[in-house]
Amino acid sequence: MVSIEERKRRLHDNMSVKKTTTIVEQLRRAQMNELLALNKRLDGRGLKDHRELRIDVGLIKKANGSALVSLGNTQVIAGIKVEVDEPFPDMPDKGLFICNAEVLPLASPYAEPGPPDEDAIELARVVDRGIRESEMIALDKLVLMSGKKVYAVFADVSVLNSDGNLFDATSYAVVAALLTARIPKYDVQDDKLVKSEETIPLPINTVPVSVTMAKIGNSIIVDPTAEEEACMEARITIATDEHGRVCAIQKGGSGTFSLEQLSEVAALAISIGNEVREKIKNAVASVSTNNNNNDDNDINKSMAS
Amino acid sequence: MSRLMSEEGIRIDGRRWDELRPVRIEVGVLKNADGSSYIEFGKNKIVVAVYGPKEVHPKHMALPDRSVLRCRYHMLPFSVEERKNPAPSRREIEISKITREALEPALILEDYPRTVIDVFIEVLQSDGGSRCAGITAASVALADAGVNMRDLVAACAAGKVGGRIVVDINDEEDKMGEADMPVAYLPNLKQVSLLQLDGKLTADEYRECLNLAINGCMQVYSMQREALMKKYFSTVNKGGGDEGGSVEE
Repeated sequence: MVSIEERKRRLHDNMSVKKTTTIVEQLRRAQMNELLALNKRLDGRGLKDHRELRIDVGLIKKANGSALVSLGNTQVIAGIKVEVDEPFPDMPDKGLFICNAEVLPLASPYAEPGPPDEDAIELARVVDRGIRESEMIALDKLVLMSGKKVYAVFADVSVLNSDGNLFDATSYAVVAALLTARIPKYDVQDDKLVKSEETIPLPINTVPVSVTMAKIGNSIIVDPTAEEEACMEARITIATDEHGRVCAIQKGGSGTFSLEQLSEVAALAISIGNEVREKIKNAVASVSTNNNNNDDNDINKSMAS
Repeated sequence: MSRLMSEEGIRIDGRRWDELRPVRIEVGVLKNADGSSYIEFGKNKIVVAVYGPKEVHPKHMALPDRSVLRCRYHMLPFSVEERKNPAPSRREIEISKITREALEPALILEDYPRTVIDVFIEVLQSDGGSRCAGITAASVALADAGVNMRDLVAACAAGKVGGRIVVDINDEEDKMGEADMPVAYLPNLKQVSLLQLDGKLTADEYRECLNLAINGCMQVYSMQREALMKKYFSTVNKGGGDEGGSVEE
């Protein structure tokens, strides 16, 4: 058993969660903590800086919409597929939006094949929540025949390279893919749906932006790398809409946040969210002007750069 | 919207904006478990069992410097309106994860290296706020099991219903209201260990909602203490001051 003195020390030790780690990881963590005390990070970023964000859209021609997002070394690809389906019985006048995410076995030495684990399920549900609760897609405009036929929008995301902050990379990829998606137009003739050659964009209300922050010691850092995630006590993901409203939150990790830290992260999510929103809009706008000029070879270029 | 909130500010179930649903907590309800509890939170009826600290199976899960906490949040097929498939859903897997992360900071897991602590949360009947009620009851069951703890964990939601910020959202308010924010709080350490949000809030509403939820957590905390006192101190402390020794010692 542990002495009372030791117990007291632990109680006041800011509840730092000791994780079993290798010597190298412990040294790396010590170095990280020293740097954080000086407001610096291992990769040279400031505490509130995102890594370089790159968004390429429309690379997958078979999908209704697609986006390849690189956030530093984290890389994810999102594809949108749209089908006609029956609405949920309790929501006869709403289209469907279903979001799925998986970490592919090639994404990191720790990823394994198999059904999605709790991390992948949380990832998909948090990204889904940000998009759904912000009402990004006007689901009420996706009704073809009330109570019978609606558009079902499937967003599937695969993580290609995992280096931390999968939440933001995945969210940006789905948002960019939705913004550039083209869906088939249907006409109703004699109670039947007739698919026309024409395609239309998805009805969009707002562009939600997710910002993920990690707490290490008493520092709050934005966009943690995998190395930083290994050292963090807690994590928080906040999605905001164009009006600066908070739409979805998810705290994760075995640590805690104080009330002051929770107001700090909300303010950060709104201000950083506005910057990222402009980047997403620019990336989407630049490509939609020269639509259909990409061929499949561009995927190689986008991934390699 | 007016259906959820009357002009006088009375909610669909007759409560005011700052009023919790009736809560009842009982400690030590299952004989086999090392610790257990039962909670009624509005129409929620939840039973929680704690087994451990005990040997880890499978063995490779064991950690050399601390205990492993495992949580399972599960809804019985008849706990909801339409029968729920008993297999764990994606929602249940997510709630199990955030429950574990909400409880972990309160436990001194370093005291039990190479062991596992299992927490089973079974929802017999569900209403809005079952994850909060589950966390609240699990924390009491962990204390009942005698696991070393830094603090209890009290959980309560707040949200926006009919344009107003209210505490402790029920099922109808969750489905028809504008926002739902579940919060878990460590009352003595003043730390938030669970925070989620579904729905839109302005920056001011976010702060108001968070404060109201923590206020609700403090009320839940006093009921947790009362329940534990009733089991462990009823003969010693009958009619005595409720500011007696703290339960986590």
